[in-house]
Amino acid sequence: MTPELLNLSMLELSTKLARRETSSVEVTGACLGRIEQVDSKVRAFLRVDAKGALAAAEASDARRKQNAALGPLDGIPVALKDMFLTEGVETTAASKILAGFIPPYDATAVQLLKGAGLPIIGKTNQDEYAMGSSTESSAFFPTHNPWDLSRTPGGSSGGSAAAVACREVFGALGTDTGGSIRQPAAMTSTVGLKPTYGRVSRYGVIAYASSLDQVSPIARTVRDAAALLQTIAVHDPKDSTSSPARAPDYLAEIEGGVAGMKLGVPREYFTEGIDPEIEGAVRRAASELEKLGAKVVEVSLPHTRYALATYYLIAPAEASSNLARYDGVRYGLRAQGARGLREMYSQTRAAGFGPEVKRRIMLGTYALSAGYYDAYYLKAQKMRTLIRQDFLEAFKNVDAVLSPTSPVTAFKLGEKLDDPLAMYLVDVFTLPCNLAGLPGMSIPCGFSAAGLPIGLQILGRHFDEARLLRIARAFEREHDFDRRAPPV
Amino acid sequence: MTLSLEEVRHVAALARLSLSADEEERYRHQLSAILEAMEQLKAVNTEQVEPTSHAVAVEGLLREDVVVPSMDPEKALANAPARVGTSFAVPKIIE
Repeated sequence: MTPELLNLSMLELSTKLARRETSSVEVTGACLGRIEQVDSKVRAFLRVDAKGALAAAEASDARRKQNAALGPLDGIPVALKDMFLTEGVETTAASKILAGFIPPYDATAVQLLKGAGLPIIGKTNQDEYAMGSSTESSAFFPTHNPWDLSRTPGGSSGGSAAAVACREVFGALGTDTGGSIRQPAAMTSTVGLKPTYGRVSRYGVIAYASSLDQVSPIARTVRDAAALLQTIAVHDPKDSTSSPARAPDYLAEIEGGVAGMKLGVPREYFTEGIDPEIEGAVRRAASELEKLGAKVVEVSLPHTRYALATYYLIAPAEASSNLARYDGVRYGLRAQGARGLREMYSQTRAAGFGPEVKRRIMLGTYALSAGYYDAYYLKAQKMRTLIRQDFLEAFKNVDAVLSPTSPVTAFKLGEKLDDPLAMYLVDVFTLPCNLAGLPGMSIPCGFSAAGLPIGLQILGRHFDEARLLRIARAFEREHDFDRRAPPV
Repeated sequence: MTLSLEEVRHVAALARLSLSADEEERYRHQLSAILEAMEQLKAVNTEQVEPTSHAVAVEGLLREDVVVPSMDPEKALANAPARVGTSFAVPKIIE
């Protein structure tokens, strides 16, 4: 075991690999050892591909020896949420309906990571089809928060967040449809970056709500999140919503500081239901950024209170349509003994989907059904316009918006499972960003008295990820959050 | 806002989900509560508001009309629960 090695950031490790002070095989082996040591408690991984990861590590070491590294991250192991199709490696979206499914191709984001030389250690746990806020709706088992094993790591990318937090891996990819990378990042003291809708290809990523889903990196430092985004922010003709605009160099001005920037604090994000310790930590973070040279002003996003209802109409509606494909015909589970095709569909889906997925399919089907479309789905799409306009209006006056990521710190396993509305409320501060298609980050900004992590959310203009990273980095370098490891 | 059992069964049929009696009752309660919470949207006048289906518009999506190879049928069929030749097999539809 080489724990010091596992505490390094991806970019520090990159330097060591370049100088041959370590090898990808050694580093990958250390990650696998760490998984062996702690994952029976944390349960971040649905499956580990030791053989595949070590083969990729050997290939990386061979390239480094010939000074032919594929990029700065060549040889640095990462993990993938189980939403990403991985050729030849089982992919389930944490659903029984896809148990045993072996994808015939890699998602574009996975292809890009492999093309940059990063070994894929394994597939991480998540809420089934990314529908959830605690990773408890996984059909297989819940993931535990490495900061307190009796609590959830948040969700839906809770496995990726927990794996990164407890040093099983250096970085990971998740997805973020309503906060699924930022919320678990906040609850595990990691850095989660949800890019602008369209910045990263969704090709080969299992669909939940297609107008909201975005591939999102998670890491322990802001610079690592930037480096991961750099690797995957590439136009992809296979995703018609993928942006053809070339990504800037995200590290070029990341150390530039916040002097002269104007940051907005939305008053609607500090209302009912927010934990006072979280409010305190976020307000302190805002004053620190002010001391670092930013101007901080209050802004208003008046339709914030409608975001939750809007999201929980649009996302389930899209999900009910996307998940129609799981019918037992082309892949996945097929119920046996059904009489006729229609019964085969209904029984397959009844046996394959878990309760939260069924709930959202029902809700979405209802919102789209004849007689209710205008009252629910169309109404929600109009609300979406107003929520988006709120941000565009605010960004005329400020460069970015600061808020809490989550109104609560990590909650106990089981605490909210029987109350869907209480679970949905955990995402109240992260949903508006997806509805507006904006980039958003969560970075560590403190701990509660009980020792639970608190996240600061930074939201920016469309395609302004470089500025978000710069703000996040200015805050991060005043602290040592990235050096604090959970007790597990 | 309270859904009737019939409405729940209708939606489940549309969604191709066979639900147990327990599930029907549970979803009737839970969906009613969720839809109740959605009622607050009615307070906002959206008559003059255009709907947004995608928050970030992308243009120029058409590619050249050239033939590119598609996936090998064997690969595409590898996960099929049942197949006949190069087709997916399903239960008989027409007698």
